[in-house]
Amino acid sequence: MRIVSLAGRRLAASIPTLVLILIGVFLLLQLAPGDTVDALMAQMGGGDAASARALREFYGLDLSIPAQLGNYLWRLVRLDLGFSSIYGKPVSTVILERLPPTILLMTASLSFAFFFGLVFGVLAARSVNKWPDTLISTIGLIFYATPSFWFGLMAIVVFSIYLQWLPAGGFEDIGAVQTGIWRVLDIARHLLLPTATLGLIFLAIYLRIMRASMLEVLNLDFVRTARAKGLDETRVITGHVLRNALLPMVTLIGLQAGTMLGGSVVVESVFSLPGLGRLAYESVIQRDLNTLLGIVFVSALLVIIVNFVVDLLYARLDPRISAGG
Amino acid sequence: MGLTRLEITRRTALLTSAAIAANVVNPMRAFAQETPRKGGVFNVHYGAEQRQLNPSLQASTGVYIISGKIQESLVDLDAQGKPVGVLAESWESSPDGKTITFKLRKGVTWHDGKPFTSADVQFTAMEMWKKILNYGSTLQLFLIAVDTPDPQTAIFRYERPMPLNLLLRALPDLGYISAKHLYESGDIRQNPVNLAPVGTGPFKFVKYERGQYIIADRNPDYWRPNAPYLDRIVWKVITDRAAAAAQMEAGELQYSPFSGLTISDMARLSKDKRFIVTTKGNEGNARTNTLEFNFRRKELSDIRVRRAIAHAINVPFFIDNFLGDFAKLGTGPIPSTSTDFYPGANTPQYPYDKAKATALFDEAGYKPGAGGTRFSLRLLPAPWGEDISLWSTFIQQSLSEVGIPVEIVRNDGGGFLKQVYAEHAFDLATGWHQYRNDPAVSTTVWYRSGQPKGAPWTNQWGWEDAKADKTIDDALTELDPAKRKALYAEFVKQVNTELPVWMPIEQIFVTTITAKARNHSNTPRWGSSNWHDLWLSA
Repeated sequence: MRIVSLAGRRLAASIPTLVLILIGVFLLLQLAPGDTVDALMAQMGGGDAASARALREFYGLDLSIPAQLGNYLWRLVRLDLGFSSIYGKPVSTVILERLPPTILLMTASLSFAFFFGLVFGVLAARSVNKWPDTLISTIGLIFYATPSFWFGLMAIVVFSIYLQWLPAGGFEDIGAVQTGIWRVLDIARHLLLPTATLGLIFLAIYLRIMRASMLEVLNLDFVRTARAKGLDETRVITGHVLRNALLPMVTLIGLQAGTMLGGSVVVESVFSLPGLGRLAYESVIQRDLNTLLGIVFVSALLVIIVNFVVDLLYARLDPRISAGG
Repeated sequence: MGLTRLEITRRTALLTSAAIAANVVNPMRAFAQETPRKGGVFNVHYGAEQRQLNPSLQASTGVYIISGKIQESLVDLDAQGKPVGVLAESWESSPDGKTITFKLRKGVTWHDGKPFTSADVQFTAMEMWKKILNYGSTLQLFLIAVDTPDPQTAIFRYERPMPLNLLLRALPDLGYISAKHLYESGDIRQNPVNLAPVGTGPFKFVKYERGQYIIADRNPDYWRPNAPYLDRIVWKVITDRAAAAAQMEAGELQYSPFSGLTISDMARLSKDKRFIVTTKGNEGNARTNTLEFNFRRKELSDIRVRRAIAHAINVPFFIDNFLGDFAKLGTGPIPSTSTDFYPGANTPQYPYDKAKATALFDEAGYKPGAGGTRFSLRLLPAPWGEDISLWSTFIQQSLSEVGIPVEIVRNDGGGFLKQVYAEHAFDLATGWHQYRNDPAVSTTVWYRSGQPKGAPWTNQWGWEDAKADKTIDDALTELDPAKRKALYAEFVKQVNTELPVWMPIEQIFVTTITAKARNHSNTPRWGSSNWHDLWLSA
């Protein structure tokens, strides 16, 4: 029951945020010079004024801006995201097609970053200021400082061109039609490099946070008590320290879910993946307002959901939070 | 900062020119003895997805590179650049030029099995070319009707004389036929066939996965015997140029058309034996770099200032150091690749001469004021290519040396067109003028006055010249090819004298293709052509 009411309150609080975000993006895009017909003309390499007028009518751009915004919001109330001018299909269909690669990539690289960040963070904290700590921290810093497109391209050069172990791009093999487990394995093979590229950058952050938070918790009184009870070091870490040190990590996941959606434009482009990031980029260039607003809507929903799950996790990790709530 | 960039680019460009020169000499190597091999998959780099794929509705290379293999045009260009029949077998014009009759090929069927007839030609011409197709709607403005006395004859009737050689030069691009039975009901623009094209061509559309790939397979019932050779063509959507180069090297792509890779990657791959990097096969897609002047700026409406600006920019230096063998010095709006219309370089030219530039500025009354500044300008570069960005920086640096500070304002595609052609919010603009094989199709609109405000790539400079307008109009309806050529030579002379737009650089797109490909780059618009004779050696 508590969870349901928490969920309800959360959802109610996020609706005004969503509406504000959508209106804001809509107005921001009006500031960009040119509309979707200009973008289409740029793509076609020319066209006459009469057909431009006909196209503007076709896309509903002959209306005033408040009327367009009003129409959009009214459609949204009826859960209709509108029609994409680039794709000629309902926006919801376009987004649903692009969502799986993005979610797969996001979940895979977040898990990768979280897991290895945790392991290496603990290792670094346990040997603080000794060589394993220095080594882990230095490597982490290098990953963090490297631009992701360069990482991606270098990974392609090494693993696809030189060693020829992995495909250089794409979501799945086009040549052979695969089904079942073989298709899953094929997609996994294609996602290996992009996941590593996206995950390595975030790995560095998780590693630093985990290390700092472990060091902090290790100095608290209850850890001294645990040691005084005669527990060995491994039991102290797994049973007492880890759980408390995890809280900031979980917070970070909530924050980064949003970053990852946006941050994957580069990785999706380099590895030619059909994800949301590239769709958003294309929508901006093509001034496809409906699609872009649809993506903002879906991304905002995803971030809200992830943060809700994070809140639930808090309560699970630290009983004091739900008791106090 | 400017200098550093210049140095780095110069080094790349020098490498490039040496490498291209080595390959360009004989890109075809010795293929004559080989027997064509059937089969194989040809993977093509597709950089920018379009909203629809029907070439009867949209004239752009992004459509031709795909649907040019699926749908066919009435005519195409042969290896010498002369019109050759595809769906049309022969043509003739009436003496007054108002009636042009096409005899169509027999025994051609659409991919869905229905026969191709003159009714398809009539429907496409009247409903698509005349009403929707960009450039087509201007070309066919005076088309009244297409008569179809029998299934193999289409008679085009025009209100004003239509020069046969203009129509035949325009049709390879603007003459693609669509199937009437698939389009006659409903809104043409929203027809789902636009994204799953049906044609008469050597390849049949199979699947389009947006954001990923398009597949077309061999058409076993194609009307040319024994063609095509390839089993399948796959177009892979790759937006990142560096990633596309990597996929070429990994063997996942065989062809990147229309300068789809970065200049430095093309230079690198041209030294690799597995690839051929060449401008051959793209002569029909020539373009010139422009410098467009806004006459609403008092200074720029003075012809001495426009000429001074041209004299102040060292174009050969720019080409040698930045573009290498990818470009050459241009002489006006009609590029030298246009064998039928190129008037030669014997028209007013503006070679680099800083002293002359300074004198002209002074003469016009714009002497250097405080801090050596004469006046300042805003330059809007189009975002289509690396070369435009480099060229705009070069203009900026050149003009700053003669006392004109230039502010560069960068936009994306939609923004650029809106600001330059609709809002006229520029002093100088620079981009590409794409030449489409006949000046009446692509070029005279840049100079003819009376263009509707907002029409991209047209005269929006605020320049009007009755003499030039008359030459343009006369040439449009002149039936004698020799007289037409002379009129266009006169036109180039006039616009090079008045200089509303300066076109000082000529470029041709660069093809990067696997060395295993045979019969490639063998026509002037090969990337757009139907590839019925293309094959891959083992």
